Order: sequence, then C-alpha cells, then structure tokens
Amino acid sequence: MHEVGALSPTAFLVSSAIKVIAVFTVVMVTVAMLTLLERRISAWIQDRLGPNRVGPFGLLQPIADGLKNILKEETLPAQASRFYFILAPMISIIPALITFSVVPFAAPLPTPWGLVEMVVADIPIGILFIIALTSLGVYGIVMAGWSSNNKYAFLGGMRASAQLISYEVSLGLSLIPVFMVVGNVTLPQVVWAQQEGIGLWFALPLGLSFFLFVISAFAETNRLPFDMPEAESELVTGYHTEYSSMKFSMFFIAEYSNMLTASALMATLFLGGWDIPFWKGDNMVVVAPGVVQGAEPHVLKTLLTLLSFAVKTAFFIVLYMWVRWTVPRFRYDQVMHLGWKVMLPVALAYVLVIAVTILVLDSIGLPYGLGYGLVLTAVSVAVTAVFLFIIDRDRVISGAAPRPERVRVRRPAERALVVEGEPRAVPGYARVPAE
Amino acid sequence: MIESYAPILMIAVISLINAVGMVVASHLLNPYRPTPVKSAPYESGIVPLGDTRERFSVKFYMVAILFIVFDLETVLLIPWAVAMRVLGWEGFIAVMIFLTVLTVGLIYEWKKGALQWD
Repeated sequence: MHEVGALSPTAFLVSSAIKVIAVFTVVMVTVAMLTLLERRISAWIQDRLGPNRVGPFGLLQPIADGLKNILKEETLPAQASRFYFILAPMISIIPALITFSVVPFAAPLPTPWGLVEMVVADIPIGILFIIALTSLGVYGIVMAGWSSNNKYAFLGGMRASAQLISYEVSLGLSLIPVFMVVGNVTLPQVVWAQQEGIGLWFALPLGLSFFLFVISAFAETNRLPFDMPEAESELVTGYHTEYSSMKFSMFFIAEYSNMLTASALMATLFLGGWDIPFWKGDNMVVVAPGVVQGAEPHVLKTLLTLLSFAVKTAFFIVLYMWVRWTVPRFRYDQVMHLGWKVMLPVALAYVLVIAVTILVLDSIGLPYGLGYGLVLTAVSVAVTAVFLFIIDRDRVISGAAPRPERVRVRRPAERALVVEGEPRAVPGYARVPAE
Repeated sequence: MIESYAPILMIAVISLINAVGMVVASHLLNPYRPTPVKSAPYESGIVPLGDTRERFSVKFYMVAILFIVFDLETVLLIPWAVAMRVLGWEGFIAVMIFLTVLTVGLIYEWKKGALQWD
C-alpha cells in the first residue's frame, strides 16, 4: 500500500480537463495519422509507394485531405430527409470520440497535488459504458442509409444494422468470461487481475474469448472481411454513398476512432493493458483516492507503461490493416451465419465451460492466482482446438467457391444423383444435375 | 462516485462541439451550387429508377427480434458473471435454467430456418 494523497476537488477537475483535452487531441491526431498509415500499409502490401509527396514521408497528407474536405462542395440530394441526413454523421462521430475515455492508458501518476489516475474517467460501470456507446453508432449508419434516399445507401444501412446487432451479441458474450475471472467490470481492475490477480494476460487463460472478441470487434467496426455495409464492389460505398466533403470525413473519423478504441480495448482486456511483461515494478492499482496497492508509483513508470500500451494498441491497429489487405470480403449470408450459428453458440458454450471450471476450482479450494490461470489456459487451449476442428469442417458456413444448389438427400440416393465427372459433392449433400 | 462521471460530461461536450463545428465550418466554407442533376440520387450514373422506400426482406426484422432476446440475455448474464464466485453452484444452476430456455429457443429458430440467409 502506498499513500500518495488524494486530489482536491479543484485539482481533480483541472487534471480531468487536462486529460480530456490531451486524450481528445491524441485520438484526433492518431485518427488522422491512421488514414495515412492505412494507405501506406496498403501500398506496401500491394507493392506500390502510397502517398509520399506532401511533407516528409507524406506525413502532412492528412492535413491536406482535411483541408480539401472542408473546402469541397457538399452535395445534398434533393429527396433526402435533410434533418436526419445532417444528423447522421454527428450521431456516428460523437460516441466514437467519447468511448476512449474509460480505457486506462498508463500506470497512475504521482504529482505534488496527489495521485492522478491515467484514465479519463474511472467510472464504476467501466466496459458496460463502452458497449452501450458503441451500439449507438448503429443509429448513425441506419440514419445515413435511410435518409439519403439512395438505393445503395439504403441497402448498406440495412446490412450494417443487421450485422452490427448480430455481432454485438457475441461481443457481449465473449466478455463474460473476463468478468467472471476479474469479478469486476472496470478496466483498471481488469488490468490489475492480469498483473497480479491471475498473473497471466487473458489472451492465454481466456484464449477463445480473445479470439471471439477480435472477430466481433472487426465486425463491429465494419472492417474487412466484414465491411458489408460499404462493400465497394456491390454498393458503391454503402451507407455514405451520398455524403461528400466534411460529412464524409466525419464517417471516416468515426470509423477510424472506433478502430482505435477497439484496438485499445483488445489490448486492455486481453494483452494486459499498460502492463509491462515480466516486470513486477509496474503492478499497481488504485484502491481508493490517492491509495495505490502493489508497487510504488513513479513518473518514469507512468511513461514506460504508456509506451507499452501504445505498442500493444499499435499491434492491433496494424493487425486490422493487415487483415484488410489480406482477406477477401465475406458474402452476406456467410457473415450472418458466422454471427448467429458459430459465434453465438460457441460464445455461450465457452461461458459455461469457463463458469464450470472456475466453480470446480473454487470447490477444490485452489487459491486464486497463477495456478488458477494455468488450469484455465489448459481448458481454453483444449476448447479452442475443438472449436477450430469443428469450424474447419465446412458444415455451418459454406466456402467461398460458387455454391452448388444443395438438396438434402438420403444416403443411397446420393450416389445416383451425382453426375459423373462433376466435382465431388459435400458429404451429406448432393449436387442437383443440370437439366 | 457520481463525480467520476464529470470527465465523461466534459468529453461529451467537446465531442458535440467538434461534431457541430465540423458541419457548420464546412457549410460556411464550401461553395453550394446545386443543379438538378447534381442533387439527384447517385445510381452509378444512370437516371434513378423507381423509389427507394420499397419493402425489404423480413429477415432483417427477424434478426432485430433475435437480437433483443440475446442481447438481453447478455445483459442479464453480466451481473451473474461479476458475482459468480460469490454465488457458487446455486447461482450457476439458476443461470443454467435460464440459458436452457433460451437455447431451446435458438435451436427452434435455427431449425425453422430463421437464421438461414441465401
């Protein structure tokens, strides 16, 4: 226990204001830089140069883009519902910018005025706040799709709403094992559980949760391979087809800041947040205003943990971009089948498996700690292996190859229906011969 | 505890100002010269055909209903998950009964083809 001293109400307000402005600025600048990073990475993967003319390494490109977007003429479709058309980009951007505020980004900082927690708002509802706010984003997309009065936009909006709500279920369910292990929903406590409570990053003891959360987060942020709402080759650009100039930019900012928050969340929930691996010196948690449990807080530790957090977040951001330029887009039916027929049952089953494991461990009387984590790791590895084995069988989601018209037939008849020389039918199904 | 929400309020206000500011700034700065063709809905360059406000697949409606059921399930599971180690096996059995009912519903929907997209 280390007493640093609590902040006075004034100091709390001042420090909060500084953190709010700093985090807001960092998020906005990072989002601008991410648009450049995305283009540079895509160029790198496709063996091109990418934008490199404006400023050194093209670093001023986002500013040029922003200026251009704010000065360009805005089109407003004649048949659009004006009010909702203008409201939609605002509804998508506001929650996207707020959500980052509950993610802890460094170890608590001791100052002469008291201990400053390195999270904008350490609210008791923690992750639930993020889940609640990110689901508001769907309103922006549906409003944009509907109010544009454009068929592409409408289809994009419909698809987006169905996709977002489908994956929100598995996103929420994949978090439940984390809550079970931590016994709390605030993110600083989640980080603490990974540092000292269990002593392992949750990517190991809750491996399948991590896997499901990453997939759902990709779907929730509308990134490839789940970018059905945009689907350039089918829907022009989907729900923001009619948007131009700054309003288009706002959808972009919303998408990228959602991506940033999702990356930060994945790092915090499953990769230890700002924890530095194999070092006990940074394991601390604020238990009461001004009181720290664990190691002693220090300014240098705050800076180091901030770096650690940035590295982990950057890893997930690069993963997003890497996947985008590697994996092709799903078909819509595959997206929905994956969401409802794979992710949901698997997430539910995993919740039960972890619950039983924890309750059994408690019944045996194993102390909560590293041993606990190792048993959970073993269970998770086994469950993940079974999951990967099942999903690899092509039963629930059909592959990307053109689908044959499938008719369920009884075994003996199957052989008769298969035309000689045709590709082999999927077991249990038969190809209907062409007339 | 309630004062911990103050920073949320601050960042919400900043985000709101930012969002409104972007719309207003671009409205003031950019030229606005609409023509009938420019303000027609974009349909890949051809003259718009028919109305957008048409009927759409009932599947989307089904998904929305299923979402309400399963999202509520998630919300109900969260308090149990947080207090699971305190509640022990009794709590687990109670949740199992709840989950069984919902799983039977999911299997029914599945077999009925409500989850089938093609």
